[in-house]
Amino acid sequence: MSDNTSTATTNDSSRTSAITESVIRIAGDSQDGIQAIGGFLARLAGRSEQEVMTFMTIPSTISGGPSIFQVRIGSGEVLSAGDEADVLLCFYDHSYANHISSLKRGGIVLYDSDHVTPKEDMLSVYRHVGVAISSLTVEAIGGTGRDKGKNIYALGLIARMFDLNVPKLTKLIEERFGGKDPSIVTNALNCFNGGYGHQIQGLIESFRFEHAEKTGAPQVVMSGNEALAYGIIAAGVRFGAGYPITPWSEIMELLRRELPKYGGMFVQTEDEIAAISMAIGGSYAGRVSVTGSSGPGISLKTEALGWASMAEMPVVVIDVQRGGPSTGMPTNQEQSDLNIACFGGHGDSPRVVLAPSSVEDCFYTAIEAVNIARKFSTPVIILSDQAIATRIEAFPCPDLQNICQDISPDFTPVADHKPYDLTATDGVTRHIAPGTRVASGKYPVATGLEHDELGHPTGSGKLHTQMNAKRRNKLRKLASELPVPKIYGATEGHVLLVGWGSSKGPIEEAVKLGRSQGEAVSGLHIKYINPLPNGLENLFNGFTHVVVCEINDEGLYGHGQLASLLRSRYCDPRIKSVTKTDGLPWKVKDILTRALALTK
Amino acid sequence: MSTIAIPNETLPRTGIAATLPAPAPLADADRKPLTKKETAADHPTWCPGCGDFSVLALYYKLIEKRKMLHENICTVAGIGCSSRFPYFVQAHGAHFIHGRALAFASGVSLSRPDLHVFVFGGDGDAFSIGGNHFTHTARKNIKLTYVVMDNFVYGLTKKQTSPTSPIGFKSKTDVGGSTDRPVNPMKQAISAGATFVGRATATNLPHLLKLMEAAMDHDGFSFIECLSECIEFFPGAFDAAVPRKGGTFTEIPSEHDVTDEYAAYKLCDAPWPGVFGTFYKVDRATKNANEAKLITDSRAKLAGVPDWQILQRNFDRMK
Repeated sequence: MSDNTSTATTNDSSRTSAITESVIRIAGDSQDGIQAIGGFLARLAGRSEQEVMTFMTIPSTISGGPSIFQVRIGSGEVLSAGDEADVLLCFYDHSYANHISSLKRGGIVLYDSDHVTPKEDMLSVYRHVGVAISSLTVEAIGGTGRDKGKNIYALGLIARMFDLNVPKLTKLIEERFGGKDPSIVTNALNCFNGGYGHQIQGLIESFRFEHAEKTGAPQVVMSGNEALAYGIIAAGVRFGAGYPITPWSEIMELLRRELPKYGGMFVQTEDEIAAISMAIGGSYAGRVSVTGSSGPGISLKTEALGWASMAEMPVVVIDVQRGGPSTGMPTNQEQSDLNIACFGGHGDSPRVVLAPSSVEDCFYTAIEAVNIARKFSTPVIILSDQAIATRIEAFPCPDLQNICQDISPDFTPVADHKPYDLTATDGVTRHIAPGTRVASGKYPVATGLEHDELGHPTGSGKLHTQMNAKRRNKLRKLASELPVPKIYGATEGHVLLVGWGSSKGPIEEAVKLGRSQGEAVSGLHIKYINPLPNGLENLFNGFTHVVVCEINDEGLYGHGQLASLLRSRYCDPRIKSVTKTDGLPWKVKDILTRALALTK
Repeated sequence: MSTIAIPNETLPRTGIAATLPAPAPLADADRKPLTKKETAADHPTWCPGCGDFSVLALYYKLIEKRKMLHENICTVAGIGCSSRFPYFVQAHGAHFIHGRALAFASGVSLSRPDLHVFVFGGDGDAFSIGGNHFTHTARKNIKLTYVVMDNFVYGLTKKQTSPTSPIGFKSKTDVGGSTDRPVNPMKQAISAGATFVGRATATNLPHLLKLMEAAMDHDGFSFIECLSECIEFFPGAFDAAVPRKGGTFTEIPSEHDVTDEYAAYKLCDAPWPGVFGTFYKVDRATKNANEAKLITDSRAKLAGVPDWQILQRNFDRMK
């Protein structure tokens, strides 16, 4: 908590400290509804125009298991979910034992005294506040003997502790539980009021967030998975297919539920291969379609992805990365699918790979992916990851009226058509869908066999060479159009920290931290992974060391996946690697410490 | 946040590459049925005498007879000798990957109710590598016609055992004779939930054409197993069903109730070379119809609301 500011006295004589931000970690079991507490806090922050970022872990077991939700709320810019918590709310001994070390020294541990016995040696390190959350919850809802609702009771406690806006929270609770049995709303509000009204023993101060600067634009609060799915809808995609796999399933569930409202359809297929095949069929039929998966499913999709490269068929494939290989760590974060996204599959099969950096970026990247697929008639992969998929952020509500696009098929007859015209500018040709009349009477075949300009099979080495060049050159053209990323911080210095995907925030915080300690550190975020934008070498030239920080293994040769790609692209020995595979997002301090140690 | 701006209006909606001015389309009524000359494309790569030629010839005939419009013909195939089919048809077509033609074609069928998609393939594509898709496309009753040219052998890869090879068949992968029980395509299709299941041979042309027409008219997943001889790697495989080679072509008796699933199963067990005709045909809601209903219901309260406002409502709830 940045408690740098004034204190004020409230009428109940306890102190209120004004704070600019706070990290609250909630630890319990997954069935306790701790994600709901986090969700309420995130949504409240969004409605209060505050920055918010969350981080959660979910067990991969079916019924329960330890789970956490961390919320960082700030009045200023919030880039990561926070290295250390200011407040730890824990429901069980195991939550206490496993997460007490995530608390800042002097931080507050708010525990359910019905289940948690604090450790003697911790009492002097952290401020302990015990509340009999379980039994008080039962009391609050009239003694049904069940403590369901203790999450909402705890939310009441937090609301009191942080002097949160009660009318707004009450409204959120009503929205969330409204529409169901009215007794559910009543119970929830009773729980909340019980917690809010509870006089917390041992806590002599409360906190109040400083008012954020009004941005004017109302904020929306959602997860990365939701942002990707809604982005796909905004882009005009109306057909898709998928197979359930964590953490991608949420996207397909949302599309399955929402697309019919737009006249669209999302099909749950028998397997991963059918999913991409059906999506490509949808694209072939006239409208860019979407599929997605996580690592294991992406492996299965690679043959069809190669067909889309070869047949030059637009399609968007979302990969929500998780820990791999094989079943790996299904509910943990990892950035280890970069190689399969860029190179997965046999033969030379160029495709586009984009990696969004935040929840907001997920929304816009989805639209961008669809339009790149359309413009260059190519498969495009969006590389998200478990952390970005599940975390909740607030961002300014997009201007949907201007953003939503119509990409309905166009069947205007053509005089003649060569689907693989070798004389096309930059190698960019486009597909015409069935239903399009070709006056010459010569119709195209979309094919995975090497082909001539009309799509008919060929064994000619010359044509194979020319077609390979065509498929490659159009992506070189795209590279020349991509914006060169901007360096975060000074454009010259000792270390340039390079990241991709969801590690943008932590890296930028590491730059801030390093600069505050007098280190000449800057950051660079690469969103366009394949093709890379032109001109990165000029950015690297301002630095003695280029350190790529990524959540994957350093591999046989000591470099992470993006680092290997950059080294092969630029042959620059200054490019080094800091990697890890503990399944968790970066800690800001770790990035800085390890990068500095590597470049001493 | 960096994004590259590609204004929507600069992109063709599907992408029409031709820069030549498009001719005014003829009114459909003014258009003559397509002749074989207009629908034939590349010369087939099949061996002379291959049964697949008959199926192709009948497809041309079907197109002509049913006055299908050139641009609305959509032919899809996977991998195998027979799957070369789309190259030989002068119309929109796709030659997809091994075993996945049905999944691809389902994407076309579901998103384009105005088209009737024909899928052609072989026994390896249908019952081996694509077995899962066969089952689920049938189960979902996706509206399309699937003609499997079953030759009981892998031809393109030059004589390996196929999922329909009879026990004892000597191939390069079973030099001493195949021991694995072959798939019964009719049983497989009926049990999976196909709503039109028929069997024919490439040697009885009028019968096959009639079956293809019925399949095309069926609202649902229509499947035809067409015995089509591989004269190179399994010659004479179907002689028992060819009268001019001393065999008998037994049609399903007219009193067979095509909606009776058990009666259909019994026909599947008729001794070699079995019987021919429509084994099973029922009306069941297609996936296409079910999804269309879902769309209609979902949009009932949204008539006249532009897409961006539907999305805006969701976003308003997330504020």
